[in-house]
Amino acid sequence: MATSNLVEVRGVTFSYDRRQVLKEINLTIPKGKVVAIMGLSGSGKTTLLRLIGGALVPDQGEIRVDGQVLNALDHEHLFALRRKMGMLFQFGALFTDMSSFENVAFQMREHTDLPESLIRDLVLLKLQAVGLRGAADLMPSELSGGMARRVALARSIALDPMLMLYDEPFTGLDPISLGVIGQLIRRLNDALGATSIVVTHDVAEALELVDYVYYMSDGKVEFQGTPDEVRTGRLPSLRQFVYGEPDGPVPFHYPAPEYRKDLFAQ
Amino acid sequence: MSGRVVELIRELGARIVNSWVWRLGFACRFLWITLKESGPSFRRFHLTIREIYFAGVLSLVIILVSGLFVGMVLGLQGYDTLVRYGSSEALGVLVSLSLVRELGPVVAGLLFASRAGSAITAEIGLMKATEQLSAMEMMAVDPIARVVAPRFWGGVISMPLLAALFSAMGVFGGYLVGVRLIGVDEGSFWSQMQSAVDFREDILNGVIKSAVFGVAVTWIAVFEGYDAPPTAEGVSGATTRTVVESSLAILALDFVLTALMFRGL
Amino acid sequence: MMTRKELDLWVGLFAVLGIGAMLFLSLKVANLLSSFSSADVYPIKAKFENIGGLKVRAAVKSAGVVVGRVGEIRFDNESFEAVVALNIDSRFQFPKDSSAKILTSGLLGEQYVGITAGGDSVNLKAGDTLKLTQSAVVLENLIGQFLYNKAAEGDGKK
Repeated sequence: MATSNLVEVRGVTFSYDRRQVLKEINLTIPKGKVVAIMGLSGSGKTTLLRLIGGALVPDQGEIRVDGQVLNALDHEHLFALRRKMGMLFQFGALFTDMSSFENVAFQMREHTDLPESLIRDLVLLKLQAVGLRGAADLMPSELSGGMARRVALARSIALDPMLMLYDEPFTGLDPISLGVIGQLIRRLNDALGATSIVVTHDVAEALELVDYVYYMSDGKVEFQGTPDEVRTGRLPSLRQFVYGEPDGPVPFHYPAPEYRKDLFAQ
Repeated sequence: MSGRVVELIRELGARIVNSWVWRLGFACRFLWITLKESGPSFRRFHLTIREIYFAGVLSLVIILVSGLFVGMVLGLQGYDTLVRYGSSEALGVLVSLSLVRELGPVVAGLLFASRAGSAITAEIGLMKATEQLSAMEMMAVDPIARVVAPRFWGGVISMPLLAALFSAMGVFGGYLVGVRLIGVDEGSFWSQMQSAVDFREDILNGVIKSAVFGVAVTWIAVFEGYDAPPTAEGVSGATTRTVVESSLAILALDFVLTALMFRGL
Repeated sequence: MMTRKELDLWVGLFAVLGIGAMLFLSLKVANLLSSFSSADVYPIKAKFENIGGLKVRAAVKSAGVVVGRVGEIRFDNESFEAVVALNIDSRFQFPKDSSAKILTSGLLGEQYVGITAGGDSVNLKAGDTLKLTQSAVVLENLIGQFLYNKAAEGDGKK
């Protein structure tokens, strides 16, 4: 089915136990673009990312990746599709019992029959792309946070995926690493001819980096548009989010009885 | 009044069913999946070899030292009791049978559960908490086949070897104390032992016991690790549970197996 | 992190040690090889009124040396006696009129069968039955006999 959308989310509803996290969500991710999904913690964005990755199954609705309906795939086909996806986890999730080199080589060794010499060249290539070829023999415990995340990035592009998923890639990084990761996301996307979805609440970085933004709140898409449209958008909750206003649709005060009553209570 | 009692009983029942029964069912399904996904553990045997190293080789020191001491204590205590009946030459029999039938499999199993079992649980739990297992899944590698199954087989293979080493060291310890230290006759020590210990009844049954314990302990260890809540407290709670549950399982199974095996005698 | 070669070495060592321990237990502690294999034994039978605590695989000794093992123990419903099958090492031959006794080794010891050789020129063949046997000493009977004797003595003195 020829469509210019790599990912299509239609009418997806999902609940964790009894808490409804996503309510009939609709999203499309066009091929070749870098798209941000933003929102407050608990808005459901990470859940949505996991649904797109096939780690979770929606209660209702369907998710299409590259024309295939995810929840209809059997185990084998899902795994085949996953080989064309790469995911960067929040803190990297490197395998702690292997060196950086072995982490990046992991997928190549598990899924291909390439000879070790070729694998070595490919691993060094990927590490070079993220600027860490010299750290190939270091163990994850010896890497700084930013470096670990870059190695994890090299690992996730090991098999040249067509879809890259980023779960809060900017969390807890120093300004330099922030800039580096941001640049890498854009450069790798364009170099691989891939499509990227970035889940984040780092507004400044995201708006500079992405082609399109989905703003989620309370399990629904409240706003979508280009970064410029986001900056000039009038929606109050969006404005509060983008400009970091302490009070607005999301109240400053946690619900409490009347102040006077509390102060003078026995 | 009776309403409250009924309420308490109902709550107790709900607790038992919701946590224990449900968990037990999940644990059995988990074992089944682990066994199904065991192909790579043997086709790529180096994965399992690595786990045998971590579970077995690294437990050697504690097993050998404990075995030696247990054997030596058996020698001392055994001599003390036997000499009252003029049967001190039966010391070899007492030491060897106690070790081969019971102490070897059980004590080695308990030590294995504390050292290797808790380590396995912590490892798997930590991998879960730091999203390494999810990352593996996203890379289309089944974490049960790649992480869980090799550890399971590593433990199952290591346990009987460790129990045998424990018993052997124990017999040696009993020999050191009985023959070398106290002066029991060396000839009768070994010859009485050899006529009293039967290969099929005692040695083989002991090996079967240790194999059963190995399955139980490793199963509990990998399950608790995989099921642990992905937080620091979750993992530490899971390691404690592994040790407690494994110990209880070993003692309970020991009773059942002993009743089955040695009933005739 | 160890290389694969180092891991293999240690695990191999571990396996060798473990199997060595098992061999030690089987050969030195138990009696795996020294027990008689079925090839070089021949069976003979002995009937006893009471076998006491005799068990299968107990030793059969003559002059204190182990010459065989107890095989099957059955109950003959017609003569109401115990029929014990003895597997004797083929190296040893006994005269047809040899006798078998059930003895105890030491105070806490196990019971075994002791064979005293007779004087016949013909030896026992496989399947033969020992004619002369003495049953195990049962403690209760011994005590009862002792008391009876004492009582008889007391009567006699009167």
